[in-house]
Amino acid sequence: MLKGLDFDVQAGEVFVIMGPSGSGKTVLLKHLVGLEEPDAGDILIQGESIRSGDVLSKYRLAMVFQSGGLLNSLTVGENVGLYLSEHRLKPPAEIARIVEEKLEVVGLAGTQEKMPSELSGGMRKRAAIARALVIEPQLILYDEPTSELDPLSAVVIAEEIASLNQRTGVTSLVVSHDRDLAFGVADRIAVIHEGRILTIGTPEQVRQSSEPLVREFLSAGFKRNSSWKSGYEKHA
Amino acid sequence: MVILFWRTLLALPQTWRQRQKVFDQFFEIGNASLLMVCILSFFIGGVIALQTGPVLVERGLASAVGGVVGIAICKELAPVMMSILIAGRIGSAMAAEIGSMRVYQEIDALRTMNINPITFLVLPRLVAIAVALPLLVVFSILVGWLGGALVSVANTRIDIPFEAFFTNLNDVVAIKDVVNGVFKSFIFALVVGTVCCHQGLITRGGPRGIGRSVTKAVVNSIVLIVLFDYILTRILLR
Repeated sequence: MLKGLDFDVQAGEVFVIMGPSGSGKTVLLKHLVGLEEPDAGDILIQGESIRSGDVLSKYRLAMVFQSGGLLNSLTVGENVGLYLSEHRLKPPAEIARIVEEKLEVVGLAGTQEKMPSELSGGMRKRAAIARALVIEPQLILYDEPTSELDPLSAVVIAEEIASLNQRTGVTSLVVSHDRDLAFGVADRIAVIHEGRILTIGTPEQVRQSSEPLVREFLSAGFKRNSSWKSGYEKHA
Repeated sequence: MVILFWRTLLALPQTWRQRQKVFDQFFEIGNASLLMVCILSFFIGGVIALQTGPVLVERGLASAVGGVVGIAICKELAPVMMSILIAGRIGSAMAAEIGSMRVYQEIDALRTMNINPITFLVLPRLVAIAVALPLLVVFSILVGWLGGALVSVANTRIDIPFEAFFTNLNDVVAIKDVVNGVFKSFIFALVVGTVCCHQGLITRGGPRGIGRSVTKAVVNSIVLIVLFDYILTRILLR
């Protein structure tokens, strides 16, 4: 599915991978955290291959899943504190304090005892971000953080991503097909299609790209009764 | 499946750390199945007495009814029937729960937090079922014997005194026979736990995939229970 992808992400930047549905964005993210293994090629963190032993456990990585990935059998508080409690990194009272603090950061103070099913889509994603923050990650990967959200919730999530990056200096890798989110938070953007990078650069460079598929992706809009046919369809 | 079982065995030293989850699973298994075990065992004992009692009494073997019912229940019916019941009642729930966690990326989330799904999900379930099923089988044996005894007393074609039923049962059934049945159920518990957790972990493709996993988990468990029953019976008969 991924063909000859080659790019670097600099420490502390917000790097957005953009592309239409089915272009391989989520698969790429899964490769980055070791959930899937590449058939060929390699992924390096600070020059070390993630295939070589415990590289992934050497760095603190967190991933915010498209669905949030909260464990439905646990409360929001237990979900957020799961990393600390399972690895016995802090005593329970300290974990409770950290959970409260992180939930407050994402605007979910007082939801510790709620079950994930009691939260809205946006709240679940923010709880997932709180869970990621508990790890104090050096790299956060977001998988379609604004999908299935109304525009207002999407803005809250986008602000969260940007402010986290500014506050903590965490490297953020965002996968999304949301153009507003990408151009709002990104330091650099890569546009991929069918597993290949079409263009890569700052938001301004991507906006000015001469690549037809990129231009079409960025300008696509719906007009009633138009006979417009997607270049992606033609290309496919 | 074998690899999953082996990895779970390797994770056994973590059981104490996961004790809360083990207790939760253990009580869930008990709560979900105790009443069903009671009803099923009582009537299985009763039916065995009803089927064998009149035949034995007609041939002048009334004193053997307790022994026949006792042996049939403790060596075969209680372990096999209870294991099948637990595969349907608890195994299906295990496969569905883990399958849904797989489909909705909860297991991926665990992996990204360096939490081993085998230690977190499979180990507590396997330990709980391996403890709970043999205990349920002991309970089932006692209730089954009671059911057989009551039918033997109440049915006019059998009509054996309560004491005579249990005296004969006591003469025929040795502790070894009960231990055999309980040991079988322990092996069946490992089979059900491993098969159902494995099916859950390999679930693909949304709600329909979860449904498929649950069906496969229960069917495979039952087939393996019957297969292992034959193998264990051959070994334990020696």
